[in-house]
Amino acid sequence: MTALEAQNLIVQEFSGYDDWEDKYRHIIKLGKDIPPMSDELHTEDNKVRGCQSQVWLHAEFNDGKVVFQGDSDAAIVKGLVALALRVYSHQTPQDIIATQPDFIQKIGLDTHLSPNRTNGFASMIKKIKTYGIAFSLLQQQA
Amino acid sequence: MSFDVKAIRRDFPILNETVHGKPLVYLDNAATTQKPQAVIDTIVDYYTHTNSNVHRGIHTLSQLATNQAENARHIVQKFLNAREDREIIFVRGCTEAMNLVAHSYGALHVNEGDEIIISAQEHHSNIVPWQMLCEEKKALLRIIPINDAGELLLDEYAKLLNERTKLVSVVHVSNTLGTINPIKEITAMAHKYGIPVFVDGAQAVAHFAVDVQDLDVDFYTFSGHKLYAPTGIGVLYGKAEWLEKMPPYHGGGAMIRSVSFEKTTYNELPFKFEAGTPHIEGVIALGAAIEYVWSIGLETISKYEDELLRYGTEQLSQIEGLRIIGTAAHKAGVLSFALADIHPHDVGTILDNDGIAIRTGHHCTQPLMERFGVPALNRASFAFYNTKEEIDALAAGLRKVVRMFVN
Ligand SMILES: Cc1ncc(COP(=O)(O)O)c(C=O)c1O
Repeated sequence: MTALEAQNLIVQEFSGYDDWEDKYRHIIKLGKDIPPMSDELHTEDNKVRGCQSQVWLHAEFNDGKVVFQGDSDAAIVKGLVALALRVYSHQTPQDIIATQPDFIQKIGLDTHLSPNRTNGFASMIKKIKTYGIAFSLLQQQA
Repeated sequence: MSFDVKAIRRDFPILNETVHGKPLVYLDNAATTQKPQAVIDTIVDYYTHTNSNVHRGIHTLSQLATNQAENARHIVQKFLNAREDREIIFVRGCTEAMNLVAHSYGALHVNEGDEIIISAQEHHSNIVPWQMLCEEKKALLRIIPINDAGELLLDEYAKLLNERTKLVSVVHVSNTLGTINPIKEITAMAHKYGIPVFVDGAQAVAHFAVDVQDLDVDFYTFSGHKLYAPTGIGVLYGKAEWLEKMPPYHGGGAMIRSVSFEKTTYNELPFKFEAGTPHIEGVIALGAAIEYVWSIGLETISKYEDELLRYGTEQLSQIEGLRIIGTAAHKAGVLSFALADIHPHDVGTILDNDGIAIRTGHHCTQPLMERFGVPALNRASFAFYNTKEEIDALAAGLRKVVRMFVN
């Protein structure tokens, strides 16, 4: 599945929620369901700078695909991390670079992408993109 | 009580806003307060009728602007009960005032091995300028500790004072804990050693009357935007005898008497510390904000806000898993809490969807977060336009948060 296809699935999944409370409940559940990130990956290097909630992101490059793991100490942000992983993990660097996180706006959560300095999630998307660029450069060198 | 909160709310147009389709419940007043129509009108009037540079021109508008700005200085002098207008320096806010004093007082009086005392309650703006000064001068920063209620330990403070101490800088009301500190006592103790005292009044002046002569503090600062005035304008009060001895902070226009390339002589107070074109409409609007506060009366305001704080404390205490941080005997304006082990970012997000604005995060007091063993806190903070109904809405919102996150 491409990143775009993954986004479309998420948008479809969320179209069933018209009540914001239910939507957030679903996000919280998605966060709870992501496989736990091991302790040794909660490093300073993997920390995404955000003022209020802590977000961690780890990336590996396997067989031409970038594999992400992520975590947060805040439940809603962790749910958003889960969504971002569904879109961007196990994708090619090119796909990661080319795909904008439009789903966030489409499911009505764009406040979480505001350029507010308290916002760890926006920084995480940026970091995902940076990994995409870095791994595509690595590929070109190889 | 002749206090009609419904009428008061009509003075603040922003309180009619809706957020996510819900009426705005604004409980983030310690971060910044909303502005009454009188202040907004003052700014519009200034640009519509008066705009001109101050202390520069002989023409009518410049004189009008100068008169209005200097009248505002006089209003601030009365507001703080300073001895003279020239003891009132206009700055951008508390942060600039602290940097100014750290720089100008520090240049004169702080040397290697000297000590500066602050408290465990301080906002980063009352920590970092002193750290920078201490680093530069190889001086030492000493910290007055607090108890679990969030009150300063005066016995420990007494032990810190010595002949190497050059300045004591403490917050009047803690922005995180709400504690009202005994400034008069703190000042008297320092003055026994001839040590000047600087007080951060950011969270004090909107809640109760402050009399700098009665407190006998040497420096006092507040930010206009936490007192119903615009952002970018604040006040540094300093005893004239100190301000006269201190070198200027910024060089430029307005702060000089004569300039040649060999030597510049400085202007007199307060202009020595006001280099460049000031925030003129901010100054004038600050005067208007103080007059608005006076029209209600600080005593009335204190009484009403104390009742809000008491009611809020009582209502929130009934919520399961809620722990209030900051339980000092004397508090003003601020109600901080942890809610079970729910991250404040989650609490703030859910409340926001109900139109309720609170502050979540470390409140620029990271040392305090460490002291209380939390990464971040939730804070509701009150102004006289808030109501018990809004506190009920907050309590209901928090119960919803608990339902959503605890299971
Ligand atoms: C206690 C305290 N001191 C200082 C400040 C800094 O004020 P400003 O950002 O207006 O300079 C604040 C503002 O949050 C505060 O609460």
